[in-house]
Amino acid sequence: MPDTNLLPSPLRVWLLFVCLLPLSPSLLATPSIDTWENSQGAKVLFVAAPDLPMLDLRVVFPAGSARDGDRPGLASLTADLLDQGAGDWDADTIAERLEAVGAELGIEAQRDMAAISLRTLTRESALDQALETLVQIISRPRFAPADFNRVRANALVSLNRDDQDPATLGQKAFYRLLYGDHPYAIDPAGTPASLAALTPEDLRAFHARHYVARQAVIALVGAITRPQAEAIAERITSGLGPGEPAPSLPPVPANASGNLERIHFPSTQTHVFTGQAGMTRTDPDYFPLYVGNHILGGSGLVSLLMDEVREKRGLSYSVYSYFLPLAERGPFLAGLATKNDQGPQARNVLIATIQRFRDEGPSQEEMEAAVKNITGGFPLRIAGNRKIAQYLAIIGFYGLPLDYLDRFNERVRAVTVETIRDAFQRRIDPSRFTTVIVGPAIIDQSQ
Amino acid sequence: MRIPTFSVPLLLPLLLGTLSPPAPANTSQVHERTLGNGLKVLVKEDRRAPIVTSQVWYKVGSSYEPSGLTGISHLLEHMMFKGTDKLAPGEFSRIIAANGGDENAFTGRDYTAYFQTLAADRLPIAFELEAERMRSLALPAPEFVKELEVVKEERRLSTEDDPEALTFEQFNAMAYEVSPYRNPVIGWASDLEGMQVTDLRDWYRQWYAPNNATLVVVGDVDPAWVFSLAEQYFGPLPAESISLTRGGGDPPQRGTKRIQVKAPAKEPYLLLGYKTTALGHASQDWEPYALEMLASILDGGSSARLSRELIRGSHLAASAGASYNAFSRLPGMLLLDGIPALGHTVEELEQALLAQVQRLRDEPVAEAELERIRNQLIAAKVYEKDSVYAQARQIGSLETIGLGWELMEQYVEHLSRITPEQIQAVARQYLVPESLTIAILVPQALASVDATASANLRGGLAHAGH
Repeated sequence: MPDTNLLPSPLRVWLLFVCLLPLSPSLLATPSIDTWENSQGAKVLFVAAPDLPMLDLRVVFPAGSARDGDRPGLASLTADLLDQGAGDWDADTIAERLEAVGAELGIEAQRDMAAISLRTLTRESALDQALETLVQIISRPRFAPADFNRVRANALVSLNRDDQDPATLGQKAFYRLLYGDHPYAIDPAGTPASLAALTPEDLRAFHARHYVARQAVIALVGAITRPQAEAIAERITSGLGPGEPAPSLPPVPANASGNLERIHFPSTQTHVFTGQAGMTRTDPDYFPLYVGNHILGGSGLVSLLMDEVREKRGLSYSVYSYFLPLAERGPFLAGLATKNDQGPQARNVLIATIQRFRDEGPSQEEMEAAVKNITGGFPLRIAGNRKIAQYLAIIGFYGLPLDYLDRFNERVRAVTVETIRDAFQRRIDPSRFTTVIVGPAIIDQSQ
Repeated sequence: MRIPTFSVPLLLPLLLGTLSPPAPANTSQVHERTLGNGLKVLVKEDRRAPIVTSQVWYKVGSSYEPSGLTGISHLLEHMMFKGTDKLAPGEFSRIIAANGGDENAFTGRDYTAYFQTLAADRLPIAFELEAERMRSLALPAPEFVKELEVVKEERRLSTEDDPEALTFEQFNAMAYEVSPYRNPVIGWASDLEGMQVTDLRDWYRQWYAPNNATLVVVGDVDPAWVFSLAEQYFGPLPAESISLTRGGGDPPQRGTKRIQVKAPAKEPYLLLGYKTTALGHASQDWEPYALEMLASILDGGSSARLSRELIRGSHLAASAGASYNAFSRLPGMLLLDGIPALGHTVEELEQALLAQVQRLRDEPVAEAELERIRNQLIAAKVYEKDSVYAQARQIGSLETIGLGWELMEQYVEHLSRITPEQIQAVARQYLVPESLTIAILVPQALASVDATASANLRGGLAHAGH
């Protein structure tokens, strides 16, 4: 099943967000990032990792669902079709060429970006065949009608499966309700009606417009030299037009007041999703909000939400809050799932905990523990070539400074109880939250 | 493909696709030591990053559980974070967090395991805490009452409200008659309802002891240092007499079984399972390896037969998968699953999957297909070294299942030696109608979703309706 359209799960958010942490200099030097622009204007970021004979490569374009316009699902379907026929090869041949040399390919479209990742051995015959295939996939996808029809039909099945999962259903509704007319309201997977209206020509035009050299970011981590990395980066964009920058996304307007949607669903649990527009990748409040949320609901078993909802009351297996930082303000989202008759109580505890944190801020002890956890845990989060490649792609795509990793710990340590409280009071307001509740119709005493 | 899994943790890392071939001897060295109290300590150096993962694996899981107590191993796993003689509830996690560590635990059919990943110089902290909860768990009744509710919520989330997971649960209960693999790892709802804290105290005493555990450490550490730390923290713990588990074998199946599962859903789901064998149970040692290779012929990537022929070729399936696990304590099944494509029925998909099985019985697979799988195995073994956690998990699971960690160094060779004739032989022997179980998810209306997804606004934002 092509799952590339799925919304980011809390776990994936955590990987992209919490993991983007700096290395504590006392423990380990941050990976040394080499960066340049290739001859076609693509941004390249490279870290040499000679220990294992393998390469992790990640190419991203501003070709996510925020560019769908009035055709929801366009970005995802375009991404899904890339390896279903390209250049001289059909889908079978592409799969065979990659898997015969043990290479692994991943393609996904998120809201801001489309990402193509390749993992391959660096043995020359394997590397060459994998790269040759990747270049065709990126630059010469066929979008043949038969492949298009098949992939679109399976995407419709995937949408039906989304509809039978209360969590997926609720999260889609949350984005729709929160973002309204903003492009982030669009679910990357599209809708049955929007998928039905798409044509191969739509995909071809979207590809020509957004998969372009000057908008590409290429991240490379592996057992290759700088000259090899340069040659690979040249090759990847060799078949792409230079292109024009994608227009900026509109800013996300503030919620004037709260709103709420109920979705009746025959489940044993009621799912609650609540939050508001959060922060951008380059937000001035990034660090206080990040460290603050770590304490509130971002640190697993030891977070305040976990303590209040699960540890003290046994109300939910999973409870969380997170900021998903995007090019424009991504969501701040908190959620849980509990048996139906506890829905109102669990939601009240969730909101009250957020409200109290907003009003009072963290204690000094809570803040110090969070800073120790974040800074001390950094080596774990960059241990691995694939993880580093993901960070490089984010740094390149969002234009974060190259010393971002080097200086991350000092910025985390600079956060205080006061800056967290100040940032939360300016940016987070439960009275204006967008809320989606999924579950059977039950009288909610709190309404 | 998406074959539902056995609760939180499962043996999927050992399925063929991610199996790891032998690495050069200089990097794959595992150092082994057994303490006086029976704790086996396995250490592998990996100096790529200044981190270490420490995992404690207990030989207990849902397949050890008697009727009436299903889910107790997983529930006990949750309670392991709820305090010891010296640690308050939650304190374990707070200490690990303050030291920059990641931690979690998982329960499977054949094991329960706990891990911490942290900066290499913090290893003594993990050891001190794990040693403390190996023999001195508090199991306070008020914490148990709350945590039982948490686990019930976990069951609702992962099973009750997931129609495909529900189908998988009913399928196992139907396919296995005696084998404890018939029970879900998370436990049956009625068993959870009746669980008492005294049951957990007995279960803990029975299984949590150094001579029923394996300590696995992988990372930027000196094995001699790890052994001395292990002696210091775990050495003083007393051993326990561990009783052997008995039974567990299903009687021979005598014909195809079928079950329908009706649940709120929009798409049907098909699940087929053939009773097979496992390493340590097969009459011929190569048989489980041949079954692993057979599963990869069907589902070892996008170029394998199910994707190529059922998803792309005939457009019959929206998704289709196959899996088999040679590395289990008791014999399991070779599984096939799928969702029909638009315009096709679950019956058509069933016939197509059965035709794939028939073809494996009728004709030997092509050498090129085997060669592709061998190359994938070799590459996966290299990729796996990108993660200390994955390496430790493989060592721990092989040891805990009873096969021994040494197999990690050998199994790719075993797999690579498998011939087309051997694959055909296991197909003929095991993939027969007599040992087949078929489950079909029959979707029940989600009518309320379509009819009532209307917005019920409070704040009155204009953009709410869709």
